[in-house]
Amino acid sequence: MSGRSLGFHLALLAAGVAAPFVLPAHAVQFAVFWIMVLFALTWDTMGGQMGYNSLGNILFFGLGMYICALTQVGIVYNIAEYTAANGAIHIDFTNRQYFEGLALGVVFAAFGAMVVAAALSWALFGLRGPYFAIGTLGAAIAAAELTSAWDWVGGGQGIAMPVFPGGPGMRERFFYFACMAAAVACYLFLRWLYRTRFSLAINAIRDDEDKAEALGLHTGRYKMVAWSISAFFLGIAGALFGNMTGFVEPLETAYPTLTFGIYMVAMTLLGGKGTLWGPVIGATLFYTLRELTWTYLLGWQYIALGVLIMVNVIYFQQGIMGWVRSRRPAWFGVKVDEGRPPAAGARAAGAAGE
Amino acid sequence: MWSNVQILTGAPVFNVQLLLNGISVGAIFALIAYGLALVWGVTSVKNLSQGDMVMMGGYCGWELSKHGVHPIAAILPVAAFMFVFGWIIYRLVIRRVIQLDLFTSLLATFGLAITIQQSLNHIFGPEVRTLRSGLATISLFHGKVDITEIRLVAVALCILVAAAMIVFLRYSRMGQAIRATAQDPRAARVLGVDTDRVYSLTFSINAALCGAAGVLIAMVWVIQPFYGIAYSVRAFVIVTAAGLGNFSAVIVTALFLGVIEQYSGFVAGAQFQQATIVGLLLAILIVRRLALLRHRKALQ
Repeated sequence: MSGRSLGFHLALLAAGVAAPFVLPAHAVQFAVFWIMVLFALTWDTMGGQMGYNSLGNILFFGLGMYICALTQVGIVYNIAEYTAANGAIHIDFTNRQYFEGLALGVVFAAFGAMVVAAALSWALFGLRGPYFAIGTLGAAIAAAELTSAWDWVGGGQGIAMPVFPGGPGMRERFFYFACMAAAVACYLFLRWLYRTRFSLAINAIRDDEDKAEALGLHTGRYKMVAWSISAFFLGIAGALFGNMTGFVEPLETAYPTLTFGIYMVAMTLLGGKGTLWGPVIGATLFYTLRELTWTYLLGWQYIALGVLIMVNVIYFQQGIMGWVRSRRPAWFGVKVDEGRPPAAGARAAGAAGE
Repeated sequence: MWSNVQILTGAPVFNVQLLLNGISVGAIFALIAYGLALVWGVTSVKNLSQGDMVMMGGYCGWELSKHGVHPIAAILPVAAFMFVFGWIIYRLVIRRVIQLDLFTSLLATFGLAITIQQSLNHIFGPEVRTLRSGLATISLFHGKVDITEIRLVAVALCILVAAAMIVFLRYSRMGQAIRATAQDPRAARVLGVDTDRVYSLTFSINAALCGAAGVLIAMVWVIQPFYGIAYSVRAFVIVTAAGLGNFSAVIVTALFLGVIEQYSGFVAGAQFQQATIVGLLLAILIVRRLALLRHRKALQ
């Protein structure tokens, strides 16, 4: 990392650390913001870098949430009794039980989601392009239905989460920093990953999978690993989000295919897919806009979301990063030949960036 | 679950009931999947808003019947209205994504799906609605098997529409142009086919089919703004299983899916219906993958 880049990252980090202390009333909103950043980053690993557009990545979010909830409850209570009582059992965890359960739950959630991703990849990566998108969408919808039909995990009633020990302000701050840590870890990991051979391989799969395979890449393995990485971080996000809401329920909280599941795609496309910073910028812009305008739209917000997606993919496909790149190729290390007219150079740079 | 299987083996009449129900819903699925396969084959746009256009058709029928139009008589005007709607959507959205990559068109129609379902929710509210056709119920086998007449009407109408579509595609000049464009749009353009018109007509016909199916579903079953996605998924399962460009296979698969859904709903419980469909899709994909693996081994 160069000095300027390091300074930039440290400034952002400082702003992130300061946020819940400066505006304590909005700590939960800020925490969800980090979750959104994580969503966009993990979606981009698949959709942007590897060219496999998943509409069902929310599956791992919900899975992580449920695995973590069951772990936390399961280490103290009998799960079947607990869910059957439907919140009537008064939950009294000691501090130690709570944090042990949470830590264990997050770890299980991350690896559980990863294992499921690896298993699913065997069936779903037989699909390409739009078939893959529809297959994953179907898998997410089916997961929501199966969960709400399964009484052992609480069915459609859901599970009441253990209560966070400590004062009211502590809880928000604790989960804010947990979410921030997850998102920052995800960013740093992907930043490292996109500089290794691995990213070359998944970019090759995006550009031409058949040729990549012909050149001797084990495309199946790369695809499985890339999806597992996404699932790993999404599992953590789900585990934290479930604890933050305090209640886990299949359709609206755990597998919200039509809200969070679509936000992932919309944010990444808005920011520009296939770049490291595009998803982050897209998430920031989308989430800020959403929080500022959502309550004033009076029921029109989801119609606006649908229109936004259409306009974005039809008229503004390259996203913000792609647009900046075509206007200022020099910022991205693309050299423009001075002898040529600038418009043609910009177009060539844009094409190279896609 | 096991006791339900015993009912089926012990009293075979229930099988007749499930088969009849399955075929009648399967016929409506066939209509929806047929439209999807048509648009998919001709424009290569995978329309994820298919189910939502069905729901929109259902709500148009509901609105008409509020003004005293009989639901069956509402099918034609709703289809005409949806035809115009499809044409507008083609001009605004579909035309601009045909040339782009496939995921773009998928995502654009997904945005369209969200817009339609949320607009329906905004206008008509989230309540579950149904249309009363006022037709009687026929009892067979001394009252052990019931079938509503409206289901028979639905099957008859589906057969009629499918036959009309097949005749139209095979013998009319425009139908020939549509098939030519599906085979090779560039060659068709060179030979003087106005492909833009073919695309817009195909998408409009699909919207009209969806509208008709929507009114039928509102009579046979229920409509609700958010039920659309289930029909989209079903249509995709049918077309994926049947393969493209094989319209009779689409119809047979749709009937088959209708029957399977009824059986799984009866044996395992209604809450597993969607999961069954997706499970079926996964099973089909895995079988295909195994077949592909065998094929590869044979090549080595």
